[in-house]
Amino acid sequence: MIIYGTAVLAGCLIAGMIVGDVLGALLGVDSNVGGVGFAMLLLIVLSDWMRRVGKFPPLSEQGVLYWSAMYIPIVVAMAATQNVVSAVTGGPIALLAGVGATVVCWALVPAVARIGGVSEPLPPTTEEEAG
Amino acid sequence: MELISEVLIKNGLLFAFVIVGLMMWVSYYASHHLTNGRLHGSAVAIILGLVLAYVGGVMTGGKKGMADLELFAGMGIMGGAMLRDFAIVSTAYGVDLGLIRKAGVTGVVSLILGIVLSFIVGGVVALMFGYSDAVSMTTLGAGAATYIVGPVTGTALGASSEIIALSVAAGLIKSVLVMIGTPFIAPLIGLNNPKSAMAYGGLMGTTSGVAGGLAATDKRLVPYGAMTATFYTGLGCLLGPSLMYFIFRAVMGG
Repeated sequence: MIIYGTAVLAGCLIAGMIVGDVLGALLGVDSNVGGVGFAMLLLIVLSDWMRRVGKFPPLSEQGVLYWSAMYIPIVVAMAATQNVVSAVTGGPIALLAGVGATVVCWALVPAVARIGGVSEPLPPTTEEEAG
Repeated sequence: MELISEVLIKNGLLFAFVIVGLMMWVSYYASHHLTNGRLHGSAVAIILGLVLAYVGGVMTGGKKGMADLELFAGMGIMGGAMLRDFAIVSTAYGVDLGLIRKAGVTGVVSLILGIVLSFIVGGVVALMFGYSDAVSMTTLGAGAATYIVGPVTGTALGASSEIIALSVAAGLIKSVLVMIGTPFIAPLIGLNNPKSAMAYGGLMGTTSGVAGGLAATDKRLVPYGAMTATFYTGLGCLLGPSLMYFIFRAVMGG
């Protein structure tokens, strides 16, 4: 049933949130420490195991994939409910941080890609393949 | 008229689905027909969302964008922390553990470098503009990582809504820049094979930016870049409110 997949997903998020809150309390910060990250790792490991033992049929999968497909729309809704007026008044900060991080990381791509030997470029595509 | 708006307010979340659906349709239409698919539909939709949030903010003087208008309060539920985190976690589904191992050293190095450097750049920029507290510096650094890591980190650390909005804007600028810029920068940085695509995904991290940018460069590179990029946000959400925050707090002395 579709709800099984959604239930597993929700269970992973709740478990991750609890771990994150406990970790936050242990570290003495009044915050959730990496709850979403833990939930993602838990979902990867758990769903991988469930699929291998055949306990996660395609129908259950749909219960997870639906939310995965809702990711961008939910992010759009999130964007529409942000305090953008304040962000725009501080414009240059966001611009500088965004552009700065992008350019710095762009510059490092060749160095990181060279780790463990340089790879050959992919063969050029024909017109049909490229489409 | 009053009857209709009463129904819409009562069923706020459902109305939000309708509104966002329309926004997505308009955005993908504009992406195809106005930008020839170069600027990905998701990027257009997010920009449209931020524009509407600005309009909502100006109209009401509130802090929650469109959600401050009673009619659009459902957008606050749909875009709220619970559903947002739920959808983020779901994107991790189906990531193949075997493929992760194959990405190996390149993937891990690129992820760590990409996240740490983005936090440093964002933190330094925050400091330059007078935000010298560790919470604000970490949050803007998180936003320079991605527009998801920003609000997740900011919410966890209790940052102000203003700095969270700035972090989203920073991440959005990065995402849009990666989407538009990748095809142009690709020949300069040797982005023409699966391994460099994995490094690219790990360094840039914005999944929509990398997926859109690589699709515009050579669509055979997309799965490699997306594979490492999908780890970036999770790793950033894990490291942001913890390790990176502690580092900033140690450096800034409180």
